[in-house]
Amino acid sequence: MKFVRALGAGLLAAASLLPFTAANAADDTIKVGVLHSLSGTMAISETTLKDTVLMMVDDINKHGGLLGKKVEAVVVDPASNWPLFAEKARELLEKEKVAAVFGCWTSVSRKSVLPVFEQLNGLLFYPVQYEGEESSRNVFYTGAAPNQQAIPAVDYLMSKDGGEVKRWVLAGTDYVYPRTTNKILEAYLKSKGVKAEDIMINYTPFGHNDWQTIVADIKKFGAAGKKTAVVSTINGDANVPFYKELANQGIKADQIPVVAFSVGEEELAGIDTKNLVGHLAAWNYFQSVKAPENDAFIAQWKTFIKNPKRVTNDPMEATYIGFKMWTQAVQQAGTTNVDAVRQAMYGQKVKNLTGGTAVMNTNHHLSKPVLIGEIQANGQMQTVWKSKDVIKADAWSPYIPESAKLKADWTYPWVCGNCAEPKFKM
Amino acid sequence: MKAFRLLLVLLALLAWAPAHADEFSDAVRALNADNFADKIAAAEALSALGDGRAAVILEALADGRLHAAGDGTIVMEQGGAYRDAITQAAASSADASPITVNNRLRGVLRGAVGRLGLFSPDPELRKRAAESVIASPTPESAAMVRRALETETLPEVKRMLSLALANLDLADADPERRKAAIQALRDSSDPMVRGQLQHMLETESDPEVKAAADKAVGAINSRLVWVSVGANIFQGLSLGSVLLLAAIGLAVTFGVMGVINMAHGEMIMLGAYTAFVVQEVFRATLPPEYVGLYLPVAVPVAFVVTFVIGVGLERTVIRFLYGRPLETMLATWGISLMLQQLVRSIFGASNREVANPAWMTGGIDLIGGFTLTYNRVIIIGFCLAVLLALAALLRWSSFGLHMRAVTQNRPMAAAMGIPTGRIDAATFGLGSGIAGMAGVALSQIGNVSPNLGQGYIVDSFMVVVFGGVGSLWGTLLGALSLGLVNKVLEPYAGAMLGKILVLVVIILFIQKRPRGLFALKGRSVES
Repeated sequence: MKFVRALGAGLLAAASLLPFTAANAADDTIKVGVLHSLSGTMAISETTLKDTVLMMVDDINKHGGLLGKKVEAVVVDPASNWPLFAEKARELLEKEKVAAVFGCWTSVSRKSVLPVFEQLNGLLFYPVQYEGEESSRNVFYTGAAPNQQAIPAVDYLMSKDGGEVKRWVLAGTDYVYPRTTNKILEAYLKSKGVKAEDIMINYTPFGHNDWQTIVADIKKFGAAGKKTAVVSTINGDANVPFYKELANQGIKADQIPVVAFSVGEEELAGIDTKNLVGHLAAWNYFQSVKAPENDAFIAQWKTFIKNPKRVTNDPMEATYIGFKMWTQAVQQAGTTNVDAVRQAMYGQKVKNLTGGTAVMNTNHHLSKPVLIGEIQANGQMQTVWKSKDVIKADAWSPYIPESAKLKADWTYPWVCGNCAEPKFKM
Repeated sequence: MKAFRLLLVLLALLAWAPAHADEFSDAVRALNADNFADKIAAAEALSALGDGRAAVILEALADGRLHAAGDGTIVMEQGGAYRDAITQAAASSADASPITVNNRLRGVLRGAVGRLGLFSPDPELRKRAAESVIASPTPESAAMVRRALETETLPEVKRMLSLALANLDLADADPERRKAAIQALRDSSDPMVRGQLQHMLETESDPEVKAAADKAVGAINSRLVWVSVGANIFQGLSLGSVLLLAAIGLAVTFGVMGVINMAHGEMIMLGAYTAFVVQEVFRATLPPEYVGLYLPVAVPVAFVVTFVIGVGLERTVIRFLYGRPLETMLATWGISLMLQQLVRSIFGASNREVANPAWMTGGIDLIGGFTLTYNRVIIIGFCLAVLLALAALLRWSSFGLHMRAVTQNRPMAAAMGIPTGRIDAATFGLGSGIAGMAGVALSQIGNVSPNLGQGYIVDSFMVVVFGGVGSLWGTLLGALSLGLVNKVLEPYAGAMLGKILVLVVIILFIQKRPRGLFALKGRSVES
């Protein structure tokens, strides 16, 4: 009995302490949410981004925090389960009351959390290249839109340096990002005078690993006497057996080059790259680019993760830019209030790790440089083409007739993510 | 007068030799240009000198083995040793960085090396040169190939050169030459040739040549149809052998013992990670030329590792759940998640690189652009070997006899003095061990990640159920027919729809024959 009473007293004491600590925490910390899968199929890619956010938080706290407060990262694990993304997002916004969320990788996870962020007026920073055709008031997209990755890559292949490609294989994994990107690319190629019979489109399931037939088909398609290239939106680790099969069937990069939009340094770390030399990748960032900002970032990452062999990649840079922009916007607004921060985000500038300056536009997308690189034997990319200036992202592709009419601009008088005309008349 | 002339010639020679050498070394140095356009110009200039030494240098550049040292000397790497590209003197690689190339430059280099190699004294080089002329034809090459043909003596090289020449002559201005080229190419089964002839059909103006091209395309087409049928069968067998490898272990645990083992895929995954660990040990301890031998070593190691884990699982969990399929399923599923997380904690969430040994990379080019890839051929052979070994073990060893006795009638076997508990553990271990060996093989064609097993578990169950529970030969036939059907459907329906169609076919088949292809007959089956 005595024990029970003691326990009861203890519990009471604890309960009375609880609200006090919570209030105390709210006063001197700013919480940010990290919504990346730490288990399941996407863990491979997303764990790195979680660590990147933690590194940035660690860094800002070392430099005195934000608005004089400490920044605290709240990490949740949506486990590569798309509906769980929405639940975890709600938990972060309602229960943890985070000021901003950094997260999502696949487009389907983003689409799943979108209603939650719009309903609760949260702020999501999405750091991955994606298919475009979207602009939400509550999301800032720091990855590339198709016109910052796919279109320049195709232009490069059409140029003299790229080999004047005349025949195209569009190969992708069967989900929304490759399908939309290929729709844009097909329309773009046709607008450049490529005939329908010179375009081959092919979709495979997630994690596909028997590429014999498809690679043989590509070989056959490329034997028609016109220079052929493969534009790959194959996602995740299905790339490894794909490249292996290409090498085994003797397809070399100077005969049929493959340009990939989802293969970066991190993915190459799991492949024997000897046979991939010369195949291409288009991104906004390569680890191999020599720039003081990049060197500092790579050094910081290797120290933070305590592994000198770890590589950096494009979504990490996008996370870095997103986090920096958010902290700058918070400092400028003097508060973490979502509406105030959103206003302060427009025109926010951060130095790219590869040189030049990224700017946040009113369509919630960035202006960034585009890089095209050839894969090297050491798993790094060697830049073979770089856009002269930063390229502004199109939220809506001008090459798809339905979306060519739409415009995204969240400032007066448009105030809309998908409108054909402004909401307010001037 | 005579002596004076001789002196003049000598003087001229003396003057020419260093000038020539300088021209050559200048051209080599020019390869280290700032941009690719300059490098291409330099490569073309170097090959135009017609110097025999250029071929080796250009080839090194294409392979990324040409380095530029800090003081501007060009260094060539060959088998780990560095040499000055111009003087051939040994050089250090301390401050050298590789000269970068892009695809366009690589194409130019391939063509240049080809043209230079045509007149090499080494027949192997000449053959390679003929191949590269076919791969990257340029209008200038035709005259050179024609010259090379005149002096060529070896019939094999001669044949290749005339093929290369015919390829080039298709674009000749003279219709007679074009026609002759078509005649020469009629017997080819190369899709590349067909592409060129088809292109010709669209542009050709001479009706006679056009008719010849049309006939040749028809002849090549009818041959290529057979090639593609053959390729399809090979790909089907290869996919079937992968399915079979993944399913044999399950055929033992599920088919023979009746345990629904959801952790079967994780045994495959553990086998693949064993291959990774063995590879790392080899890399750390042995010189590079022996590292490729890690694979044959990894197979028995993986068997032992997964055998032990399998026996452990059976003794600690599964033996308490015999006769309760639902609980077994849930328990093994839980175990599979735990094993995945364990591997993720130890090795990290990202994929691990298991490299193909050199003897498993590449393939033999058979006719018509169809490549027989080594890794697939080896896996088909390995899979059959595993199956035969298992069948022999079951048929002829005393352990096999005990195992069959226990599965057919447990109380009777126990009454005869067979230690049924120990046999159960060993059988489960055997099934797991085979899955582990399959993992080593599958690490050669797919990814090694903690999720590796999940991709195979559904397919494995499909094969075992389709083939008939408890029958090894049913598993073999089930796997091969699923592989073939999948590959026959894939070109028409696409990879996605093909998979769905195969599933539908299996569901319909199971409706008709619930016990699969080969149903075991006997009293014990329904009990």
